[in-house]
Amino acid sequence: MTDVATVKLACRGVWKVFGRGAEAYMAAGPGPEALTPEAMAEAGLMAGVRDVTVEIGEGEIFIVMGLSGSGKSTLLRCMSRLIEPSAGEVLFEGRDLLKASEAELIDIRRHKMGMVFQHFALLPHLTVLENVAFPLAIQKVAKAEREQRAREVIELVGLGGRENAYPRQLSGGQQQRVGIARSLAVKPELWFLDEPFSALDPLIRGEMQDELIRLQKVLRKTMIFVTHDFDEAIKLADRIAIMKDGRVIQIGTPEELVMNPATDYVAAFTRNVQRAKVLTARSIMSPVNGVAAIGQVRATDKIADVAPIVIGAGKPVAVTDDSGAVIGTLAPQAVIDTLIGRDART
Amino acid sequence: MTALALRLGAVPRAYFWAFWLVLGVASLVLWSNPDIAKWLVKYPRSMFVPLIAWINDFKTATIDYVTPFTRAIAALIELPFDLLQALLAKGFITAGQDVIFPRLSWLGVIGAMTIAGYALGGVRVAVVSFLCFAYLAVIGKWDSAMLTLASVALCVPIGIVCGLVFGILCFRFTWLYDWVIRPSLDIAQTMPAFAYLVPVLLLFGSGPVPAMVATVIFATPPMVRATKLALEQVPEEITSMADMFGCTRRQRLWRVMLPTAKPLLLVGINQVIMMSLNMVIIASMIGAGGLGFDVLVALRRLDIGPAMEAGFAIVVIAIALDRMSLAAAHQDGRWQAPPQGSFMQRHPFVVMAAAWLALTTFGGMAFDGLAAVPEALTFSTKTMLDEVVAWINVTFFDQIEAVKVWLLVNLLNPYKAFLLDLPWISVVAATGLLGYQLGGWRLAVLVAPLILFPVLVGLWEKTMIAVYLCSISVFFAALIGIPVGAWASTREWRNRVVTIVIDTLQTIPIFVFIIPAVMLFGIGDVSAMIAIVLFAVTTAIRYTNHGLRQVPPHLIEAARAVGCTQRQIFWRVKLPLAMPEIMLGINQTLLMGLAMLIITAMIGTRDLGQEVFIGLAKADIGRGLVAGLCVAFLGIVADRLIVAGAARLRRRLGLPDE
Repeated sequence: MTDVATVKLACRGVWKVFGRGAEAYMAAGPGPEALTPEAMAEAGLMAGVRDVTVEIGEGEIFIVMGLSGSGKSTLLRCMSRLIEPSAGEVLFEGRDLLKASEAELIDIRRHKMGMVFQHFALLPHLTVLENVAFPLAIQKVAKAEREQRAREVIELVGLGGRENAYPRQLSGGQQQRVGIARSLAVKPELWFLDEPFSALDPLIRGEMQDELIRLQKVLRKTMIFVTHDFDEAIKLADRIAIMKDGRVIQIGTPEELVMNPATDYVAAFTRNVQRAKVLTARSIMSPVNGVAAIGQVRATDKIADVAPIVIGAGKPVAVTDDSGAVIGTLAPQAVIDTLIGRDART
Repeated sequence: MTALALRLGAVPRAYFWAFWLVLGVASLVLWSNPDIAKWLVKYPRSMFVPLIAWINDFKTATIDYVTPFTRAIAALIELPFDLLQALLAKGFITAGQDVIFPRLSWLGVIGAMTIAGYALGGVRVAVVSFLCFAYLAVIGKWDSAMLTLASVALCVPIGIVCGLVFGILCFRFTWLYDWVIRPSLDIAQTMPAFAYLVPVLLLFGSGPVPAMVATVIFATPPMVRATKLALEQVPEEITSMADMFGCTRRQRLWRVMLPTAKPLLLVGINQVIMMSLNMVIIASMIGAGGLGFDVLVALRRLDIGPAMEAGFAIVVIAIALDRMSLAAAHQDGRWQAPPQGSFMQRHPFVVMAAAWLALTTFGGMAFDGLAAVPEALTFSTKTMLDEVVAWINVTFFDQIEAVKVWLLVNLLNPYKAFLLDLPWISVVAATGLLGYQLGGWRLAVLVAPLILFPVLVGLWEKTMIAVYLCSISVFFAALIGIPVGAWASTREWRNRVVTIVIDTLQTIPIFVFIIPAVMLFGIGDVSAMIAIVLFAVTTAIRYTNHGLRQVPPHLIEAARAVGCTQRQIFWRVKLPLAMPEIMLGINQTLLMGLAMLIITAMIGTRDLGQEVFIGLAKADIGRGLVAGLCVAFLGIVADRLIVAGAARLRRRLGLPDE
């Protein structure tokens, strides 16, 4: 799925190489044989991000998933230019971020980007209200105006009433709500989230994920979300990029990853996924070959959501596309197979 | 490459025994027959490097160009100082001795300090603060104490600002730290404070102001270090956050990093306050007046009672300021919602304190009792202390004298004579060899020339006396400190008791420690040694205790599991593993001993400290500075050797590097 409507952010051949003399090494235009991990290790270098090319569309939730050390956070920092990529281009709304001057970069960040951090990165000496208003304060927005805006977003993330608390008086989940509110205060167009829920305990994590889905329905931001948790990725993503050893090894919707994992590495992640929550009616339906079908479900519906209808019907159910035309049927057995994790296609 | 490293880095251990043997025999021969090569035993006077004269020539040549500048700075400092002094101690007085406006009422200051204590640390700190300042008033030391406080009140903000500025510069430009600031800080810390009183005195003229300049120089280094460290410890996420929300560099520093680093910065401020107090006392001898001056005058007259009384007053101020600033540093645990509303509602304590000060001070214009501490309220402990001291000295004269004479005859004097007789070449060679053994040729090349310096400038004898006094004091400090530390490390309650005692002892300014020593042993080497031991023993205790408690519990369990007795566990497991830490403690003890040398010079030692002291008294910049450098070099040599030794031991034990 590369037919993205409007590209918000694109990476073209982005590298981040660590080590002494990394810049010179990459600037010399090394051939492919000089870019293997072994050749780089010989030169005392280590690539955190290797030749990454991705395009992120407007309004999309794009998830970068990988285990620790896979380079996912480094990639995120290259995208926001918190660290300087060693090679490649980062195009934000079509212009190369890496060529922007410091002043331009500050301007872009102040008005178009927001970021949520793993350990919240709240300022301990400021209250919730002041923390949330902080990005506006450094833009020298008048106090009344910025506090009003801050109160709006605090209300939005459900922290109304705690404006005057200090970060250390809040629970982890509440602190991250402050972090989210702060990142939204400037009305960013591009929203970076760096493992925002990893430091929270599992119950709160699930709650915050639901909260994020709710927020996204209202806000429709372009979201770049880094996580090491595949379930979290599946739950939130429009598309997922899976990283290993600095490379993106597969990009696709959760469904594509589950149905067609590119490598064994990806397959290992997808194996334990609850498939019924990922797969849609389209991917397990049978062709319409004269079978009498009752009722109807949409092709984009998740199996888990339509299971009661189909199983309750006891017969194959018609699957329709967006225009209402019947494009296939969904048999109760196929739904049951998916629910219990048996591969329905065999 | 490994073969080369082996050849250069690791000479087989057996070789070193051979080297030491050769050196030992050669020294013995030289020592018993000095006539073989006299110049190798006693460095000939004709070959002295006239460094002192050069420095003085340089001074004479440049002083006229520098002084207008420095005197201008002095004038700049003098203005706020006069203001503070008038406010706290003297009142605003015209040239014709008419009081225009009185000083702050003593009752007002006590009240304000109590309120400050409460605002910073709650009831407990308020009580400490009240008791301390009330004591100053009651004991009749109010005037001197306020003079001292005025100096501290000016030095501390200057020290903090300088420390912040340099700390920030160090953080931003690492080369500046590595190449300029760090070496300067090392020297500033090992060089005795007095040594830079001398140039300061010349450059800034005499009086209280040069004393303050010296104080600021002395008190700033810890703030520089604390600032740099605090900024480095700001989490990377926080700095990323600042960048991500589009902070400019300046906004990132001032609005994000410094506030986040605040708790550590406040610890630095605590250190500035304590160091300032320490130094202000010392510096008061060159004209600042105050409590230090009282102690000095009393000591010179051997008036132990008044000396102790003024000494107590210093301790009391130190305790109050320490508790208040530490409470401020630990305050971050209890953020409260910021009060809204008018200035008065937002800062109730400031308003209260100001109101109380105004009330009592204006009241003082009408009632004398508010302006000066009423005679009826004060009582002096002088006579009582004098009587106690006299009683001790009369009753225990024989015993004390016996101890003193025994120490001198059997230990101090022979040891001193032995060190003085050593051929200088042997000491230099041994230092170099030890450096080579512990840290390779790099260390050898550093320490040997440093120890050669006193030889060349003709201060060898005084340097050896300093070595003698310092090493024997450190020996006793270790002899007392290590067992006490070991005792404390075995039980939690012991640890707590010892820690409280040590913490209290360490807030006592260095200067105070000579008083009890002089009280019992009069003037001389024994007193000096005891003062150094008293001052340095806390460090030996602290490091031993810490080192032993740090031994991993699983190792002790393993030892117990194979059936070690308590004694075996201590000697075979705990002590060897704690040894590197204990060595670092000895190192610190030594450095503290060196710092104490100059102070003990006041009670009649004849070492480098005396030399600095004379330099100060005669305003001889070269003499003071060169002797100061000798002390600093001794400190650096000892520090580098012991640290290298500890590091070697750590590696051999497989412990992680410091």
